[in-house]
Amino acid sequence: MHYLKLVLKNLFRHRLRSALTVTGLVVAILAFGLLQTVVQAWYAGADMASASRLITRNATSLVFPLPIYYRERIKAIDGVKAVAVSNWFGGIYKDQSYGNFFPQFAVDDEVWFDLFPEFRTRPEELLAWKKDQQGAMVGRQLADEHGFKVGDTIPIKGTIFPGVWEFHVDGIFEPRDDATITRQMYFHWDYLNEQMKKLFPKRAEYAGLFVVQIADPGRAAEISQAIDKEFRNSLAETLTETEKAFQLGFVAQTETIVMAVRVVSFVVILIIFAVVANTMAMTARERLSEYATLKALGFDPAFVAALILGESVALTTLGGILGIALTFPVAAAFKSLLSAVFPVFNVAPQTVALQALAALGVGLAAGLLPSIRAARVRIVEGLRYIG
Amino acid sequence: MAERPIVSIAHLSKSYRRGGEDVPVLRDITLDIARGEFIALMGPSGSGKSTLLNLIAGIDKPDAGTLLVDGDDITRLSEAELADWRAAHVGFVFQFYNLMPVLDAFENVELPLMLTALSRRERRARVETALALVGLSDRMEHNPNELSGGQQQRVAIARAIIADPTIIVADEPTGDLDRKSAEDVLALLRRLNGEMGKTIIMVSHDPHAVESAERVMHLEKGELVPDVVPAQAKTPGGFPSARE
Amino acid sequence: MNIPLSYIVRNLWTRRLTTLLTAGGMALVVFVFAAVLMLDAGLRRTLVSTGSPRNAILLRQSSQTEIQSGVYRDQASLVETLPGIARSTSGEPLVSKETVVLIALPKRGTDKPSNVTVRGLPALGLRLRPQVRIVEGRMFRPGSSEIIVGRGIRESYDGVGIGERLRFAGRDWTVVGTFDAGKSGFDSEIWGDVDQMMQAFRRTVYSSMIVELNSASDFDAFAHRIATDQRLTLDVKREPEFYEEQSKSLSQFIRVLGITLSIIFSIGATIGAMITMYAAVSNRTAEIGTLRALGFRRASILAAFLLESVFLSAAGGAAGLVLASFLQAFTVTTMNFQSFSQLAFGFDLTTRIVADALVFSVAMGLVGGFLPSVRAARLEIVDALRAA
Repeated sequence: MHYLKLVLKNLFRHRLRSALTVTGLVVAILAFGLLQTVVQAWYAGADMASASRLITRNATSLVFPLPIYYRERIKAIDGVKAVAVSNWFGGIYKDQSYGNFFPQFAVDDEVWFDLFPEFRTRPEELLAWKKDQQGAMVGRQLADEHGFKVGDTIPIKGTIFPGVWEFHVDGIFEPRDDATITRQMYFHWDYLNEQMKKLFPKRAEYAGLFVVQIADPGRAAEISQAIDKEFRNSLAETLTETEKAFQLGFVAQTETIVMAVRVVSFVVILIIFAVVANTMAMTARERLSEYATLKALGFDPAFVAALILGESVALTTLGGILGIALTFPVAAAFKSLLSAVFPVFNVAPQTVALQALAALGVGLAAGLLPSIRAARVRIVEGLRYIG
Repeated sequence: MAERPIVSIAHLSKSYRRGGEDVPVLRDITLDIARGEFIALMGPSGSGKSTLLNLIAGIDKPDAGTLLVDGDDITRLSEAELADWRAAHVGFVFQFYNLMPVLDAFENVELPLMLTALSRRERRARVETALALVGLSDRMEHNPNELSGGQQQRVAIARAIIADPTIIVADEPTGDLDRKSAEDVLALLRRLNGEMGKTIIMVSHDPHAVESAERVMHLEKGELVPDVVPAQAKTPGGFPSARE
Repeated sequence: MNIPLSYIVRNLWTRRLTTLLTAGGMALVVFVFAAVLMLDAGLRRTLVSTGSPRNAILLRQSSQTEIQSGVYRDQASLVETLPGIARSTSGEPLVSKETVVLIALPKRGTDKPSNVTVRGLPALGLRLRPQVRIVEGRMFRPGSSEIIVGRGIRESYDGVGIGERLRFAGRDWTVVGTFDAGKSGFDSEIWGDVDQMMQAFRRTVYSSMIVELNSASDFDAFAHRIATDQRLTLDVKREPEFYEEQSKSLSQFIRVLGITLSIIFSIGATIGAMITMYAAVSNRTAEIGTLRALGFRRASILAAFLLESVFLSAAGGAAGLVLASFLQAFTVTTMNFQSFSQLAFGFDLTTRIVADALVFSVAMGLVGGFLPSVRAARLEIVDALRAA
């Protein structure tokens, strides 16, 4: 297999140049992988969505609440198994820094965790929470980040619902799998409502949105329409959609950013292509007399071309493998740093595949022109060439 | 000789470190070169002739001994001082011309003058004179790749004399030239030596080139072998050698 | 450094492909860098220009946005009586009591709804925003279900032309005009009569109050009065500062993401420059030896190669800047995290950004070219000449 031996030996001839090129590739492939993972992470909410859950909200916009008595009316609709209410609390924990931000929701304690089987709870903790008016269930990721333990009290400063609120950590719920987000806190809607009745009575008895569990995911569209029909022409018209559609709606609002990140991730591939193409062009030019010699000795042009192409691909393969390998630990570091923004930050198999494709692509594209040029060199001219 | 020699070497030694060992290249060299001499250094490969030339030209430092050029002990100069010294005292002619490929003939010849305080106009005047001297006034704006080997070497010679150096060192000046070009270059060197009194120290393999010199020195394994005066000792202009 | 500049520049030109590829990589990096800074500058300009220095905005205490806030009618009436507030020629206090909500509208080209800010304001409200002009149609009539839309809305959404109707809050609203808010945040809003909006959305409290003071320096006294009055549980801010705060989150996100990316990308491009310069030194070893022999110092050699690297990166940087400047023709519409609604803003190329980008390019050239230049300077003359 003298071809492979030649290719590898040539790689090590100019160690500094090869090392620098590979380093650049590692950085580029790593950056590419991270950016693609950022794009994936943006859809984390949608990935976690269940096909048997619908979200019912005010048709005007999410900013408007729905009367709490809608709950019973939705439950009565054919196909609906259970309904839970959820209000976004949006309070401040400690300060407004990114690191201290986490979502808090006021929810139906009776049924909430039945609707979300992906949150694993301990029976005794769940029971304690249901009994404790001021109780809160905290997600595993959130608990780990801030050191919350069962028995702790978490003070939250309300913004939408003013005042300083205190919640007792009654339990910590675990994620079923990698895609489950556990960076949030749930407390009793009843507690929120009682406080509102005392402080701002006009704002009491309202739900932010309803989470509707249906028996048959195939009937999602039909049941959604039935719910919305129920409330048409009433005080607050509703818009019901699958949980996935609801989550994707959020993503759509920042679509521009997601697209920009995608575009930028390909820019880095372009940059590294320029670097590798330059390396191969210079290398091929310097070795022109060697290639001419090979041809004089009887090797055919395809062999010479394959030598360069092989070297280019070998370089990018090496860089690609290292870059891919590094992606995982670096992504883990990112996750711990940016968990407030990206609670889920996993490197998907598609991302790795894309990285590999990118490395291969750059290797082939960068080596193409120099290899053609070398294959075409006329022996006489090549032999005379002095780098 | 009435005046002092322009180059005075006493007990010069130099070795290189190769594979962990010190390999002696020059051993205890002692010689004098008079002002206006045209010297040829010959010897087999590895004899140390190029090394000796490099030492005299100030681009290498000896391990031991003294080396005086026009009265200056260049072994005592710092690297920076040596650079300045070379600019003022040495003209270089290399086997492969060593012109800057991206500069044209004019700019190549002008290069040493960038180290001086001369104005642009003054530089221009000198470059034109030097190029006229070597017969390439009509090629001033040509790049080296547009000139033949002989023409390139003549540009190099113009560059070598532009700063009016004390000595001209030439390492295989005709090594890469065809017969005719080599002859042109040698004639030029002889002219510089004869008409302008330039001291020329040349290393060469080419017996024809050596004929232009008035004194030939042989080196073998780092040591000087006694002088041999070539058959045609006189330069074409009939200029007597200082030794006679 | 007495090595002629023409030597340095022409060497770049001779190896054109290498120069192009290396500079090209740098151009891309600087493009991304400049684009990010331009986007951030555009965002800040949009939000900072939203707001006049003489205006103060009042919200419920500890509300971060107008959406979250609620100002009671009696509180509003109290505020109107405070000294320091400018008055119209007819003696009216220049106070605008407004309601702000979000509605969901599908953006042009998609069926997914995005949050759009709807603002109910009195006729006076227009007067408190001197940067806003009606450019198409007319202002809505008070007491009617008429609305006017900002330029950003007009450009990104369907169904908001003059005469068209939007349906929300159980009513049809007719678009009667388009307004230009001078590239400020108001360009992304829909405006209507405050009383009609409050009725339709069943609101009994205002979201915010905008007050024009006699002069900007009256703010401190005004704020003090609000703070010391127990009945007024309100926060007051200068209007420009309020809007600047609205941009902090998104601005920070853009900057952090963008600068991190630029630095990572610059590693790749700088490595490219390093490879190129090492090759340059290697190919010109004999030239370096010759220059040294002729009397040029080590420092000059170092400077010459460093300069070559810098010219390379500066050229790339300039190209990247030129490319980035074309972005100024585009508008970006995305959700502002804090206000939870869509905001349209553009790319703003400031002289500061041009300077930053050029400094960035030069830095890449210096870093990439440093080690190779040192290698060139450290060559021994005899070794270098032997390479000929």
